[in-house]
Amino acid sequence: MQSAISISLSSPSPIPRSCPRSLRFCGLRKEAFCPDASPGATSLRLTTLNLRYQHSNLNAVFAALKGNGAASSNGFDYDLVIIGAGVGGHGAALHAVEKGLKTAIIEGDVVGGTCVNRGCVPSKALLAVSGRMRDLQNEQHMKSFGLQVAAAGYDRQKVADHANNLASKIRGNLTNSMKALGVDILTGFGTILGPQKLKFGKGDSGDKIITAKDIIVATGSVPLVPKGIEVDGKTVITSDHALKLEFVPQWIAIVGSGYIGLEFSDVYTALGSEVTFVEALDQIMPGFDPEIGKLAQRVLVNPRKIDSYTGVFASKITPAKDGKPVQIELIDAKTKEPKETLEVDAALIATGRAPFTKGLGLENINVQTQRGFVPVDERMRVIDTNGKLVPHLYCIGDANGKMMLAHAASAQGISVVEQVTGNDHVLNHLSIPAACFTHPEISMVGLTEPQARERAEKEGFEVSIAKTSFKANTKALAENEGEGMAKLIYRPDNGEILGVHIFGLHAADLIHEASNAIAMGTRIQDIKFAVHAHPTLSEVLDELFKSAKVKLSASKTVAEPVPV
Amino acid sequence: MASLSFSSSVSSSIPFLRPSALLLRPRPRPPSRLPPVRAKIREIFMPALSSTMTEGKIVSWVKSEGDVLSKGESVVVVESDKADMDVETFYDGILAAIVVSEGETAPVGAAIGLLAETEAELDEARARAAAKSPSSPAPAAPVAESPAPAPVPSAADLTPGKVVATPFAKKLAKQHKVDVGKLAGTGPFGRVTPEDVEKAAGIAPAPKTNVVAAAPVATPVAAPAAPAKAAVSYPEIPGAKIVPFTTMQAAVSRNMIESLSVPTFRVGYPIATDALDALYKKVKGKGVTMTALLAKAAAMALVQHPVVNASCKDGKSFTYNSSVNIAVAVAMDDGLITPVLQDADKLDLYLLSKKWKELVEKAQAKQLQPQEYNSGTFTLSNLGMFGVDRFDAILPPGQGAIMAVGASKPTVVADKEGFFTVKNQMLVNVTADHRVIYGADLAAFLQTFMKIIQNPESLTM
Repeated sequence: MQSAISISLSSPSPIPRSCPRSLRFCGLRKEAFCPDASPGATSLRLTTLNLRYQHSNLNAVFAALKGNGAASSNGFDYDLVIIGAGVGGHGAALHAVEKGLKTAIIEGDVVGGTCVNRGCVPSKALLAVSGRMRDLQNEQHMKSFGLQVAAAGYDRQKVADHANNLASKIRGNLTNSMKALGVDILTGFGTILGPQKLKFGKGDSGDKIITAKDIIVATGSVPLVPKGIEVDGKTVITSDHALKLEFVPQWIAIVGSGYIGLEFSDVYTALGSEVTFVEALDQIMPGFDPEIGKLAQRVLVNPRKIDSYTGVFASKITPAKDGKPVQIELIDAKTKEPKETLEVDAALIATGRAPFTKGLGLENINVQTQRGFVPVDERMRVIDTNGKLVPHLYCIGDANGKMMLAHAASAQGISVVEQVTGNDHVLNHLSIPAACFTHPEISMVGLTEPQARERAEKEGFEVSIAKTSFKANTKALAENEGEGMAKLIYRPDNGEILGVHIFGLHAADLIHEASNAIAMGTRIQDIKFAVHAHPTLSEVLDELFKSAKVKLSASKTVAEPVPV
Repeated sequence: MASLSFSSSVSSSIPFLRPSALLLRPRPRPPSRLPPVRAKIREIFMPALSSTMTEGKIVSWVKSEGDVLSKGESVVVVESDKADMDVETFYDGILAAIVVSEGETAPVGAAIGLLAETEAELDEARARAAAKSPSSPAPAAPVAESPAPAPVPSAADLTPGKVVATPFAKKLAKQHKVDVGKLAGTGPFGRVTPEDVEKAAGIAPAPKTNVVAAAPVATPVAAPAAPAKAAVSYPEIPGAKIVPFTTMQAAVSRNMIESLSVPTFRVGYPIATDALDALYKKVKGKGVTMTALLAKAAAMALVQHPVVNASCKDGKSFTYNSSVNIAVAVAMDDGLITPVLQDADKLDLYLLSKKWKELVEKAQAKQLQPQEYNSGTFTLSNLGMFGVDRFDAILPPGQGAIMAVGASKPTVVADKEGFFTVKNQMLVNVTADHRVIYGADLAAFLQTFMKIIQNPESLTM
């Protein structure tokens, strides 16, 4: 069974060898299939390398057939050792086996890392509960469907169990998938001893030393707790604690209004808490496209039991004790002058995440972290203090800080495996989507409008914006969820998609059409001919692409527009 | 960004855009020292863009001060609780002054700018704007968009800068204009809870349907309806008195609600009444009332246009009535009733007038028999005696059309040759059920009615 999987995955893709002259594949540009057809489009070719499997890969296929590690004959214990079994390490391990590498993964805690155990996965369970609570509590929404619902309530422990059970289940799935492929799961903390050499264990004499041709550091991150904040795990908590949902405070302050803070505000307000955001920047929800952020604030913050303090730091947070509530001292983010003191029932620290890179033995190979992050180049190769690449050492995921998202880590891992197996590969981070699972959801890929305008100014091109509303979408209206918009930022001269931002029902699922288009280098003038089932939410994007105005005549990189 | 036009065609399809939400309203009566001729400076006020909107933020002024505006042009972009909308002007003119500038917030109905009709009024408008905006602490003063700052503690407060109200309590306080600083909090650590604010605002606790049956928490936390929903349960004004409907009022209420299921439309017609007035003068002495004259005229017109006397009872057929029964709306001190002049087409004016007198007396004594008030096939409603020049009647269920008659008043009219004359003219406005009566039917009926009124000799025959 395992071999069947390997063959289907790694056999040369069933793409015609000869370039089709006029045939179009689902609106994809011809160049995507024939890498040599358009020598000018270098920026796009980087993303098409996956498709360029070479004949030497056939060996890899046979190696995979024999199971993990049989082909390792170069004197190392393993072809590839990955430190950290989170989503990044897991993605890399699976791809490595597929490519015929003898692979081991070292995990000091539990398989699955942050995402599965303390992040995306359990939070999705809580958000699933919050979404249903919101629906049931929204009498008007229910009435508009003709539904009658009596008082909706919840059992906190069972909600918490749901999150915990989901994490266990996904953790099991991840472990099994690696075991089934024959990845060696080594327990303990991994430390690099020198080039291609590392040890693992509890850090005592029982540690084992192994060698590996290539090493990937994928140790991830932990919640960042700024100075002055005392986390007791009960009333002053991080996302690690919050996901266990040990209590639902009446009033919780959330320090930081990014993805994590926003998702938790959705959960807590649905469960009856009141929320106060404390944000250091001048507006809440920084980092989102301003227009999307504004709309999101109108829907996700203003009508809910949420208020916010912006432009302030929480300089000191004291947990509740001796009959006193949680005290949060606020200071002006710019002048550092004390402002006021909040007294709340709980505080959630959602100020971001810090890389977990201590004890990795980076000093043994002359690598110095920067604010804890491992410096890497665009191919995830680790850079030492002299600015030189450390051979055979890579770092992916939160530990390198390029893009702190689970799926970005996995994509980086796959990219590294491609490189160590002889295929140069550079991941286009602008094609990696991101999502915030509030109700409704927010998703994005590529540049925000200000970023795009800045780049346009620098590089001298024009930027156009197209927008569509969920209010015009049949499926959204059937669900009585017309609130939302999709926004496309593009180059009118050549139809390149620079960014797509969606706020609305199932935005997180809708973004992939756009992210795939960016990854494949598909232009708007091509993708707009792709057909979408009616009535579906995907038509929001269909309309978005169709409403863009590309000056085809000025197109430079699209060699031959095809009349349809 | 949604674009919103304030033309009447749009507003009729959007329930919350009542005529009262018109962007521009006539300026309030000027001070007495100014000649009360024509107020040509109009206020541009914050429109209600949604049913839940209480205040709006000016995103941007599309036009600048001094720009000439023509009807239908976008003037300003307003951000409501729901969306950013382009707001268009309803009048031509010059944007004289911007009272609420970009980024500022104003409550619904507050003046945000001034529109002058001609350049001559510009200075006056600017003077008024100056008086309005910066110095005077008008209620329309811009409100910062950011969440209400924490209540500033009084000097007596022990811990300066201490925040004592929960986020939702603050939101409610802003909504109900309650000063949280003055409330004694009953929540944990003496904090002001949403319940405290509601109590201070005189609002009943949140409905029980929204209570979260949460795991035991120290104090019961009702999860009150989201603020957006709060608008549905109308806020109670302290001291209000509740008087239940009388039977008649309840019946009116039922009928009015029922009328909403009928697709109606309206057609208006100006009619010269000089001839009718002259006739009325002649026959008044014989006990003929204006009501009888109008009922008779309507009945005669209906005979020629039986479809306007028809009705749609089941949604799939015409019911052509054999008799022409004119119901006439009569205001009573506790409601409204519509006594019916049966066979109004067949009775002569004098009999009709006599019959009408009887009906009114019976109505006052509450002795009308059901067939005397529910057998109407066409209704007449006249508010002319109050000086109303035009109005819009609601079609009573079961009938095909209702005629609303305005006051007759001297009006300058131009004839075919372009000569102006002053004639007494009244505006009639008929509301009809479009399932059976179409626009042309109504227009033809009105034309006939007009001919009868303008040549009223036939009424006496």
